[in-house]
Order: sequence, then structure tokens, then C-alpha cells
Amino acid sequence: MDLTNLTLKEASEGLKSKKFSSVDLTKAYFERIKKVDKNLHAYVLQTEEQALKDAENADKVLAKNEGSTLTGIPCALKDIFNTKGVRTTCCSKILENFVPPYDATIVKKLKESGVVFLGKTNMDEFACGGSTEYSCFGPTSNPWDINRVAGGSSGGSAAAVASDMAVFALGTDTGGSIREPASFCGCTGLKVTYGRVSRSGVTALASSWDTIGTFAKTVEDAATILQVIAGHDDLDSTTPDKPVPDYLKNIDKGVKGLKIGIPKEYFGEGIDAGVHEVVMAAVKEYEKMGAEIIEVSLPMTKYAVSVYYVTMPAELSANLARFDGIRYGRKPQDEGGDLLDYYLSARGEGFSDEIKRRIMIGTYVLSAGYYDAYYKKAQKVRTLIIKDFEAAFKKVDVLISPVAPIPAWKIGEKMNNPLSIYLADALTIPINAAGVPAMSIPAGFVKGDDSDLPVGIQIIGPQFSEELLFQVGCAYQKVTDWHNKRSSKI
Amino acid sequence: MLSEEEVKHIAKLARIRLTDEEIKKFSTQLTDILEYVKILEEVDTKDVEPTSQVTGLKDVTREDVVVSNLATGEDLLKCSPLPIQNNQIKVKPVIKQ
Repeated sequence: MDLTNLTLKEASEGLKSKKFSSVDLTKAYFERIKKVDKNLHAYVLQTEEQALKDAENADKVLAKNEGSTLTGIPCALKDIFNTKGVRTTCCSKILENFVPPYDATIVKKLKESGVVFLGKTNMDEFACGGSTEYSCFGPTSNPWDINRVAGGSSGGSAAAVASDMAVFALGTDTGGSIREPASFCGCTGLKVTYGRVSRSGVTALASSWDTIGTFAKTVEDAATILQVIAGHDDLDSTTPDKPVPDYLKNIDKGVKGLKIGIPKEYFGEGIDAGVHEVVMAAVKEYEKMGAEIIEVSLPMTKYAVSVYYVTMPAELSANLARFDGIRYGRKPQDEGGDLLDYYLSARGEGFSDEIKRRIMIGTYVLSAGYYDAYYKKAQKVRTLIIKDFEAAFKKVDVLISPVAPIPAWKIGEKMNNPLSIYLADALTIPINAAGVPAMSIPAGFVKGDDSDLPVGIQIIGPQFSEELLFQVGCAYQKVTDWHNKRSSKI
Repeated sequence: MLSEEEVKHIAKLARIRLTDEEIKKFSTQLTDILEYVKILEEVDTKDVEPTSQVTGLKDVTREDVVVSNLATGEDLLKCSPLPIQNNQIKVKPVIKQ
């Protein structure tokens, strides 16, 4: 029995019925990681010793028929979640030796539920990027074609789940950083409603955009994980005190009679023909299952990338001001003579190009004389994007669209053209602008030159409608098996 | 167009030292990005309120008491790469002598 291709549900059932132990499962995963990760580079840190100890403890709990659905389940964390006593770098040189003194709230929650952490996964530096190429540890490869990117910024987490190197993995999504890599690698990726999951202890990028979510092998698994991590946290004042529903309750209800909107702006210019075909085939599938398909319009879509690349760098430049080589991280090689010199060196040496670019854009748009023209204007256009979604959700229950306009590109191909990477997020950014939840699920493949490449569809719902997203996603996974496909190349 | 002088100025405000080569490269790349976002100018935003919070939360407050027991001051000081003296981080001089 291959233990690493089990879903969370299957692994949990196997543990509970004592078919195998958490130690067996954890060992199987490390074997798999040792075999596969030298080609993919999804992990930047493996914590095998601690993992085996945690697995032994989980087995003691399971032996007493106690514990939760997650007890003993091996999983991975993007290297942006603070883990007490375990190096957390955000894949930036400036934090290369940072060992957090406390756990992020969701790390604490997962520990309490009894999971086993396998290690920390690769990402674009400070989660800024769409390909994991901007990691100080080097890129993560796509499991379907190792010469291509895994997507980003949570590329390590996506590749780990898609290649059976973790049962599930957590990531963050500010403009598409969960959904795009999930689509590129072929796994389920959930971005929650803004504020649904606590961000305390997770390095902030753009505070009015950042969300946390999960990569999983199935929609049902994603629902199970969200059940554990969702909810109000006193340490994150953006988490509303709203009850967390039972996410599995309606998951089998199907889509009969549901209204699914197809936003026409998401199928326009720049969408790869193969991607278009995959998404329309999925829409047909929903129609067959009894959903009503309605074309809708979100006319502000084309402005979302610009809104993002004004407000996101602005917020980033403020949030990353704390990384100055004084309170955390590394001392610069050239310490200089005074404090200003020290700051200039610490940040000049510690950040790589993409972070420097974004901090400077942010600093520029917030500087005297430019604030109204850039930042305030962008926040006003953001209001109009939100109104687009509000109007659409008066007509339909959910929206279905492509996740990214193109499939995974070749490593290095876009490195000299940062703007072209920004445009890969054109269909995911509007969702973050409006703070609504969305999920990417595998829906087929397009032809690459060496290998078929996975393509996902994006299911978008109104704020706090995660339950509905699971219902819609699960219906599709019952009639298709795209989510069960694994690359034979690794 | 963002001139090299402007890039230098912004970099100083952002406390980032750049090499001459970086200044050149960023001048072009940042100009491209700022040109691209100009598309926002064509949107009529008269009487539109700017967004600051998306889920409608307002004025979230709590009692002004220390509740965080996540880490001790000592733990936090250990994160610094600089020498610690009297429970404080010793930094380079701010004013040159």
C-alpha cells in the first residue's frame, strides 16, 4: 500500500482504524521527499527528527481512540508562518537565520489538533511573485515538467501536495499565491474570505489583501482543514467574530438549481486557447449536473492589476520597514559607520530585486505629492471592483473562471520582465481586491512541449461563502478524476 | 519616466543601498510599472469612497492591557544580530561625532 497517495480523509481513516500508524505515514512521506524533492525543491527545511517525535505522540493519542481528524497527519507549512524554534526565512536573505520565539496562531491550532509538520516550503521572497523563482533558495520545479515553474508565491506548498510530499500544506494568498500554483501543479487550492483565518504570526505583505489558505488533494480535505484553522483570533483584529459553519454539512448537496455566473471579462484577450477550452468543458460539466449557467459582466476587471500594483507595494513598503537588520535577521557584511549606513546595507544586501522594486514603488506612490494620484485613486477604483462583485452575486450564486490566463511557464523565461509575471495574476487579483473567497481545482490539461500541464478552474463566491464553494467544488470532483492525476515524470 | 536621480531619492527614503547598475535597471523597470498603472486615470471615480477595509469591520478595540504571553522580552532580544546591553540592542551611532 502506497501511503503517500492517500487523501487526508483516507489517511485519517487508516490511522483511526489502525491500518497504519502516524510513524509509518510520516516515514513514508520522508522517503517520498528524499526520492522526489531533489528534482522539485519544494522544501527549504525538513524537520524529520521533530516530525517523528510528533508522530509517536500522535500514535499514543490515536491508540486511546482520541484525537481529531488531523491527528497524526503529515503536512507542510509555507516558510512565512512563524514556527517556534524552527527557522522561518520568508525565503529572504534578510531573514536567513531567523528563528521565531513563538508560533503563528494557525500553527498553534494545527499543533493542538495533532498534525505532524514535515517542514517548511519554498516561496517567492516575502510572497512577492507568481513563480517561486524569487526565492533566495532558488526556484521550485513543476512536478509535471521540471523545467517549468510551480507557480507562486506558494509554489513549494503546491508542488509538495501535487507530488504527494505532504497530505496538505498551508499557504498565503495576497493576489493569487495559492490559486495560481494550485492550478499550475494540479491540486486543490483554497483562498478564504479576508479575515476568515487569523494572520497573527504570519509575515505581513499587504495587510488589506493578505489571506491564508490551504492546498489539499481534494475539496473535501480542504473543508476539513479550514474547519480547524478558521475563526476569530484576539491577536488579529481583522478576523470578525463570526461563527464558523460546519464545512462538511452541505458538501454532498450537488449543484442542481444553483446559478453559476461566467464573467465574460475573464475569457477575453490573453487567455490561452487550451486554458479556455478546459474551463468551458468544466462549465459544461456543471450544466450537465443541473446548474444554470449565466453570463455576467465584471467591467472593472481590467483595472484590478493596476489597483494591486499601487496599493500592494504601498502596504508592503510599510510592512517591510521592520526588516532593518536590527531586531531580526542578519547583520550586513558592510556595517558602515553610522545607523543610516547600517540600514542601507542591511536592506540593500538583504532584499533581492523584486522586493526592492516593490518597496520603491510603494515608497514612491505614498510620497508627498503622489499619494492622491496613485494610492487614493487606486483605493477608489478598488471600491468599484467590489461593487462589480456585489452586483454579480445578486444574479448568481458563484462564479467560475480560469485561474491564470496561461499554464506554467519555463523557469527563467520571464525573469527580465517583471510586469509579465504580474499579468499572470490578472484573474486572481480582483478576488483579493473584493475580499471574497475562491478556490482552484484541477480541471484538465493543456499540451506543453514536453509534457501535459495541469489547468485549474476558479470557483468564486460571496464573502464568507466557503461552505458553498466546497459544495460546488466537491460536486465536480465526484464526476471527474482530474484531482487524482499524478505526474509520472517524478 | 522615473529618472535615475528619482530612483536614488526613493531608495534613500526606503533605506535601500543600490549599485549604479541597479539604479539604471530599476529606473526602466519602475517606469514600466508606473506607466502601466496609469490606466487607472481613465476610470471616473467622482463621488466614489476609497476602500480601506473590505469586510465592514470598524474600530476594533480592546482594553489597553498587556495580554501577549507569546514570548518574553529576552526571547525577542535573542532574535537580534547585534550586541545586547542592559536589555537593549546596541546600534551604530545616529549622530556622527
